[in-house]
Amino acid sequence: MISDPSMFSSAPTLEGSDDDQLLRVSLGPQHPSTHGVFRMNVVLDGETVVSLKPVFGYLHRNHEKIAEGVTYLSSMPYTDRLDYICPLTNNWAYALAVEKLAGIEVPERAEYMRVILGELTRLINHTAFMGFILGDMGAWGSALMYAFREREKILDLFEDLTGARMMANFMRFGGCRNDLPAGWTEKVSVLVDDYGPFLDEMEKFLVGNEILLARCQDVGQLPKETLINGGITGPMLRAAGVNYDIRKVDSYGIYGRFDFRIPLGEKGDCYDRIMIRFLEMRESLKILRQAIDQLPAGEYIHPKAKIRGFKPPVGEAYGRIEGPKGELGFHLISDGTVNPYRYRVRPPSFINLTLLEDMCLGLDLADVVIILGSIDIVLGEVDR
Amino acid sequence: MSVDVAGILQSIRAALPAAIVAMRTNPGPSNQHSLLVGNGALVEVLRFLRDRLEFDFLSNVSGVDWPDPKKADTIAVFGEGEETAPENGFLEVVYHLYSTSRRIGPLVVRARTADRGGNAKVPSVVSVYRSAEFQEREVFDLFGVVFTDHPDLRRILMWDEFADHPMRKDYVAPDDYEYEPTPHDAVLEKARRHYPAQS
Repeated sequence: MISDPSMFSSAPTLEGSDDDQLLRVSLGPQHPSTHGVFRMNVVLDGETVVSLKPVFGYLHRNHEKIAEGVTYLSSMPYTDRLDYICPLTNNWAYALAVEKLAGIEVPERAEYMRVILGELTRLINHTAFMGFILGDMGAWGSALMYAFREREKILDLFEDLTGARMMANFMRFGGCRNDLPAGWTEKVSVLVDDYGPFLDEMEKFLVGNEILLARCQDVGQLPKETLINGGITGPMLRAAGVNYDIRKVDSYGIYGRFDFRIPLGEKGDCYDRIMIRFLEMRESLKILRQAIDQLPAGEYIHPKAKIRGFKPPVGEAYGRIEGPKGELGFHLISDGTVNPYRYRVRPPSFINLTLLEDMCLGLDLADVVIILGSIDIVLGEVDR
Repeated sequence: MSVDVAGILQSIRAALPAAIVAMRTNPGPSNQHSLLVGNGALVEVLRFLRDRLEFDFLSNVSGVDWPDPKKADTIAVFGEGEETAPENGFLEVVYHLYSTSRRIGPLVVRARTADRGGNAKVPSVVSVYRSAEFQEREVFDLFGVVFTDHPDLRRILMWDEFADHPMRKDYVAPDDYEYEPTPHDAVLEKARRHYPAQS
């Protein structure tokens, strides 16, 4: 219980007789179900949630201010630390925004490499998500270890290519840092072939699981219009049946060339959100097979891309990609010097939390944990 | 899918003749031109964009600090005869709008405060786009823009007792953030008294 009532400025009154008294619970920031250092000030009527106010900032280091004081490229390794589960998509979103700002072309081979890395990252994120959400339901450990076993295979590939399991620092403005090592694509093909059976196995355990059905079905759904108005993006939005995937809408990079479908949910409850991620992984495998088959020879970075003394022309640009968690965007303003005048991250995890209270009101406290898990947040990105 | 900013400007002017709206040209290669909207009509203009032109999705809200107003005009270039920026600098809020049904965007809308001091105010757009709720709180926290009529305007990333706005260009960080008196010196002194032979 928290004694300072000002923290709950908009919360209902706690006065009353013993029968109808409300209970304040501070959930987090050290609670394992909060996926990091995230806190919720919850007011309960019995078990029912009557108010929920998220509290942010425990991991805040003002990434944006730091980026304004260094050159454009110096921020690239720092983007790895935003959503540390998926560093390569963060690299990609930042590189894309700077390429828009400066009008830089990307060679074809580099685009294919980016697609392969981006889709592998999506596999990592969604596989880890399966482990975490099962943990939130009480299946501590086992599901997460199966998920992390597969994740580790992909991280091995990243280590071969970039030298680091997670903190890749791999994309550059106009391409990638180095070329693929010999035999790397063959390893990816083997992984892609093995991944389907792993997903079959995981699905067999989960889809009809009674606890999963009881905990997730009809929990946390909101109308489509509310979700769009609340800025919800990514699998969360598509689980409610809104056909909006930036890979299709913007066709950034070379996504227009691949044959893949956008899975859509019906209800938008937590169960749909889990199933959408399964289906998205299968589509990612399809994209990976096509990308490996079509991978052309050529430059991995534009030969005229400038690394040192890089100064984009005066102007501004907003670039975005479909990150595994939703729309990841960068808004950059250049005043013609080597440092960005303004560097803004549009973090999907942070904005997807906007409607957390709406999803939880009237449900039990135990449902809050599942709903938060189904949003799939990473605090490195929420707090920046 | 880029948007026809000039066409949108015309339809806003036809529907809302009292609103102050001007187009700003982006000099860079990104081809993302913007609409500068006066604070008096910001909420009505966004509601018009949402309801009539189907810009149903407010993706991003950025704050920008412009202590030197001339610089702002080089990045969002104004046309002839249009009002220039406030003299003593100002804070700017930039909105990026998309349409999920027409699949176009981003439409860049900007609003400016009158100064960087007591009148650093912009109307809140949470009543039109719920996605602005946390993002406006962030701009308030880090830049000090007061969003009038925001339902719950509190700091979001910095702690409540923090006094300044760290994303402003003239913000000076304290010399030592981590300083707190620790017992180490006193403990060491006590240890010296306790074991005189070793010290």
